[in-house]
Amino acid sequence: MTTMTTITTARDSDAALEAALHGLRSTAPANVGFGALVGAGLADRYAPIDTPLGTAFVAWNGRGVSWVGQATDGPAFEARFRADVGRAIAPGDAVPPRLASAIARRLAGDRRAHIPLDLRGHTPFEVMVWLKALEIPRGEVRPYGWIAAEIGRPRAVRAVGSALAHNPVPLVVPCHRVVRSDGFIGQYSMGGPEAKRRVLGSEGLDTSRLEAEAAAGIRFTGSDTTHIVCNPTCRDARRVTERHRVTFPSLAAAAHAGYRPCKHCRPVSLAA
Amino acid sequence: MDADAALAQRLARDVDAAFPGLVEAHQDRLYTIALRLLGDGRDAEEVAQDALVRAFRAMRGYQRERIAALRLRPWLASIAVNLARNRRRRADDRQPPGQLEPMLDAGFDLATDRRAGPEHRAARRETQAELAHALLELTPAVRAAIVLRHVDGLSLAETAEALGRPEGTIKAQVHRGLRELRVVLDAAPPPPIRQRTPARAARLQPALEAIR
Repeated sequence: MTTMTTITTARDSDAALEAALHGLRSTAPANVGFGALVGAGLADRYAPIDTPLGTAFVAWNGRGVSWVGQATDGPAFEARFRADVGRAIAPGDAVPPRLASAIARRLAGDRRAHIPLDLRGHTPFEVMVWLKALEIPRGEVRPYGWIAAEIGRPRAVRAVGSALAHNPVPLVVPCHRVVRSDGFIGQYSMGGPEAKRRVLGSEGLDTSRLEAEAAAGIRFTGSDTTHIVCNPTCRDARRVTERHRVTFPSLAAAAHAGYRPCKHCRPVSLAA
Repeated sequence: MDADAALAQRLARDVDAAFPGLVEAHQDRLYTIALRLLGDGRDAEEVAQDALVRAFRAMRGYQRERIAALRLRPWLASIAVNLARNRRRRADDRQPPGQLEPMLDAGFDLATDRRAGPEHRAARRETQAELAHALLELTPAVRAAIVLRHVDGLSLAETAEALGRPEGTIKAQVHRGLRELRVVLDAAPPPPIRQRTPARAARLQPALEAIR
């Protein structure tokens, strides 16, 4: 059969034309189906991003950012993602512009930048811990006990630590801004205490001073002009000049000296 | 119970679990519908994917009974047709008519092709390219009726449901579409791919007006 006869028959009868129309069916390229699963949040894509810890990979789907992690390369990241999350994943061209700019603004300290997060499969407690960590400003830290108190579970300090260790989206949810109550920098899923110091340093925090003061027993600082007591890294506390800066080993000691807690950083009594 | 009704039952029980089956069963036809309505493969990919995601989100907001009662073929087709229409309107806003010459997707992948030799495949491709071009000469409403009824193969009732028009209207539009396609195919010689000119459209116009 030649082109001409096909067209001629198509012209001759409705049936032939209808058959030719039916022959216009096509097969969808593979990314249509996978893209639909990603849009539905049943599969993910990922791409590399620049972070203070070097290149990391970020995974996302139609519901939001689902995973952030370090890996030697893409396939290693995919393997970790599949083992941990259990969904299919494939490389994406790049992080979608809206997510990418929100992540960049967040990492730069803009807490108004809204990053949709896909935190399905985690406990409500874990999600509460992570959302609370999102409130800690860039360049500041809070003790684990602060998160526990803020979410209304003051005795669940260990559970807070465990939830932060399982943060699926480190850097995006800044679990690095939560430190041990004694001021020691604490563990970090993205490469231990040294990596944690590096990220905090990149955010403008003097970690040597933080750790030195913690070692010296300083837990809170205040101003003798305002009589307000803060977490040591609170932006209000850092504005106080050395001449007016006072330090306290506990909130009780501060209260005894007539200091009231800062309304911005909301310091809490820390369990012994 | 046909395959779609069974799929709707599975979706009613668990949208997340059954959605991959819906993607598998309907992605090719949604891509085809978008491709034949818009004439551009990239646009068609996005419309097909978007239609599937919108269907998913809609179903997550539906009661079980409503999902179970969905007639998936016309319902999904209506989503794709609406998305294609919106996309075409946006494109029309961006570019004045006449410059907007739809590119033709050259990727045909038909089971029947594999049986035949290269010559036959080439011949078929040429015919299909002409027919695909001819479809794009139809008015959007008539094109949608023809694509759903004869490319996708929906029944008259399903096409009417998908397009939200009475069956009588669809019947008339399909009839008119077939006649117009014949006029366009008769206007020789066919244009090379991507070379459709406003001049050709102008030449065809009187012939199409005459039968409209």
